[in-house]
Amino acid sequence: MRGRNRQILIGGLVILAGIGYLIWTGTQQALVYFYTPSEIQAKEGERMGKRIRLGGLVVEGSLTHAPETLGYTFQLTDGGARIPVRFKGIPPDLFKEGAGAIVEGQMGPDGVFDADLIMAKHNEEYRPPSGDRPSPQELYRSLIKRERS
Amino acid sequence: MDRLGVTLGLGAGALVVAGLWMGLVQAPPDAVQGEVQRIMYLHVPSILTAYLAFTVVLVSSIGYLVRGTRGWDRLAHASAEVGVVFTAITLFTGAIWGKPTWGVWWTWDARLTGTAVLFMVYLGYLMLRSVVEDQDRAGRYAAVVGILGFFDMIFTHMAVEWFRTLHQPSSLQRGTIDTALKLPLNVNLLAFVVLYAYFLARRLRLAALDEAVEARDLGE
Repeated sequence: MRGRNRQILIGGLVILAGIGYLIWTGTQQALVYFYTPSEIQAKEGERMGKRIRLGGLVVEGSLTHAPETLGYTFQLTDGGARIPVRFKGIPPDLFKEGAGAIVEGQMGPDGVFDADLIMAKHNEEYRPPSGDRPSPQELYRSLIKRERS
Repeated sequence: MDRLGVTLGLGAGALVVAGLWMGLVQAPPDAVQGEVQRIMYLHVPSILTAYLAFTVVLVSSIGYLVRGTRGWDRLAHASAEVGVVFTAITLFTGAIWGKPTWGVWWTWDARLTGTAVLFMVYLGYLMLRSVVEDQDRAGRYAAVVGILGFFDMIFTHMAVEWFRTLHQPSSLQRGTIDTALKLPLNVNLLAFVVLYAYFLARRLRLAALDEAVEARDLGE
């Protein structure tokens, strides 16, 4: 019986520690999961050099891509401020101009955000593709047909 | 009881097949995400069914604390088990959906963290039940966890409205899902709810048989 109680105690402590850790990390980073460009601009010095997340919309016309180095530059905006971002790597497929993105990294001394991770943030709207562009299914079928002929 | 189980099982099987066909074949792809969006037809029904399961845990836990009858405790236990399974499906399908769309399998935003905690709370609930030997004490302790866990469920569901998250808000709640995609979603939701009822009926029968065997062994 005593061994049983100790088992319960240890099990309970492990669970409590796990939940405590999750809540701690949760309140540390999850509740403010990312900063907006305006917030970054307002407190630029404060967050310099710290690893943070920055989220916003990719400004139309700001995206450049150097295929030979996998380098990307773009700006993120929340309608007010614009923060230039530098990234090297492979962004997710949904990452494009005018779409939402959250980047992880730190503010560089030159005022450019050095990102090492891009996450695409999509919205909650779901709808079938509009008629003027072929759906992925149609594109796929057209590929098959072309291969056969 | 058994006839109910068979009926629910056949109904769930037929609905799941119909739901999969609608989700994978009949429904159009999403305009932005393309084909990968179809995983929604598993992801969303499984978490909503888990919500239902944990709501049943809440009600039956209160029922057990008030009445103290075995029936309430068995219902809470069975529903928690099924809820944990559906939460696990949600976490797995969410990760599979997250990688091609967001670019990450996992991230610690409020919604994802809350769901992980939800999973662990009800896993803890089941562990607690199995380590406490006395049935009535196990039931009482577990009932407290079962009631507290419900608050994490509310937190997790509302996290996308209350905090900044990578996860998008609820499309069903905001009505931002096109009818062509919503109908398959509703069919899959119905399928999962019937599946839940089937699992629950089976698990309750097992629990009743278990207790009957135990009572007989003690009697001899």
